[in-house]
Amino acid sequence: MKSEVTKNVLNVTDLECVRGERILFKDISLDLESGNLLYVQGANGSGKTTLLRTLCGLSQPEAGSISWNNQDIRELVEDYASQALYIGHLPGIKADLTAVENLQFSAALAGSDVSREQTIEALTQVGIAMCADLPTRVLSQGQKRRVALARLWLQSNPLWILDEPFTALDGLAIKALTKHVEAFVNTGGMVVFTSHQIPEFNPDIMQRLSLD
Amino acid sequence: MITEYNKIGAFSVLLRVFKRDIRIAWRRRSDIANVFFFFIIATSLFPLGLGADPRLLHAIAPSVLWVCALLSCMLSLPRMFANDYADGTLEQLIMSNQPTLLIVLMKTLAHWVLSGLPLVLVAPLIGLQFNLSVIELQVLALSLLLGTPTLSLIGSIGGALTLGVRSGGVLIALLILPLYIPVLVFGAGAVNAVFVGMGASGGLALLGAMLALSLVFAPLAASMALKIAIE
Repeated sequence: MKSEVTKNVLNVTDLECVRGERILFKDISLDLESGNLLYVQGANGSGKTTLLRTLCGLSQPEAGSISWNNQDIRELVEDYASQALYIGHLPGIKADLTAVENLQFSAALAGSDVSREQTIEALTQVGIAMCADLPTRVLSQGQKRRVALARLWLQSNPLWILDEPFTALDGLAIKALTKHVEAFVNTGGMVVFTSHQIPEFNPDIMQRLSLD
Repeated sequence: MITEYNKIGAFSVLLRVFKRDIRIAWRRRSDIANVFFFFIIATSLFPLGLGADPRLLHAIAPSVLWVCALLSCMLSLPRMFANDYADGTLEQLIMSNQPTLLIVLMKTLAHWVLSGLPLVLVAPLIGLQFNLSVIELQVLALSLLLGTPTLSLIGSIGGALTLGVRSGGVLIALLILPLYIPVLVFGAGAVNAVFVGMGASGGLALLGAMLALSLVFAPLAASMALKIAIE
């Protein structure tokens, strides 16, 4: 999917988000396009998660607008929501389903049919192929995290929104994920992420946004 | 690297939402069994507690069965969205390529198949304990068949509104009981009408109307409530 990639643009204009009575941030403007990687920095409570959820369309901003390919996301609704792949603090996997079932269902929600072999392949990439048929209830915190992240190897959404993707991962997994995200960006993907660890992405392709 | 996958249609996506809920419920069978046995136990206690007066039992049968069906439906409501909310899959459901409204409708359908349909099937058997005739049993089952989906639909609003609220169970009861009462009145009323020889069609038609009405409005209200809850 190299040459036929359609260029996508995400524009954020004068975004303001409020939690309770407190203004988290205001006047945030961003212009992202395919091939961009944005690192959102900020202290605890500075509104990183809120910003990411707002970009997903899960939270409504107090003021400002977000548009995807020059159309307001409030008008696009599910047409936009299914473009973005959001992995948040919660793993988003069902404890009673196996890793394979979870991944197949997540892919189905985005409208794609994923075979068992393809999910096993993705689980191999994140190093937990041996857990493929266990209910995720019995997995450790880090393993659950990896099941959630395996979606990144399976789904072809053009925009990834990752909230602290590196937490609970060991060194090897962090390397694999970094490489995968970089490859995705280089083939025309768009990524917004937060992290408390300093990420090891190539600084040339990484933009920064500080909320402090 | 990222490859293209086979696309699936809208109906297929929705069917998978339904199947997922059924599968999860099957793996936690005790939850469904709780609701089912609550209904059986509660309804069976009445003949035991009231003594063996066939006329009395016959007279209270529709109300007892309907009240118990309503309560057991309510028992399972807090679980409708709460688990998905707690593990983050609700966000995924809302961010799917299908309207949230239809996803809610699928989840409600799954809820009815798991908690309402078993009651419809077992009610005629329990009705025998109350000395109901064959025609009365038929009307009872039919009234439950039309009424319990309405209970699930209205319940989805309560389940969605009370997400993330402590002691949500009590709140659900307060919120949706007023909306359940018309269903109860006409459901039990349909069977009672047969007793006095009036025919059940009036009550059943009203149950059908309430089902149609809630089918249109309940998923809409519930999906809006869900979007507020996850903010």
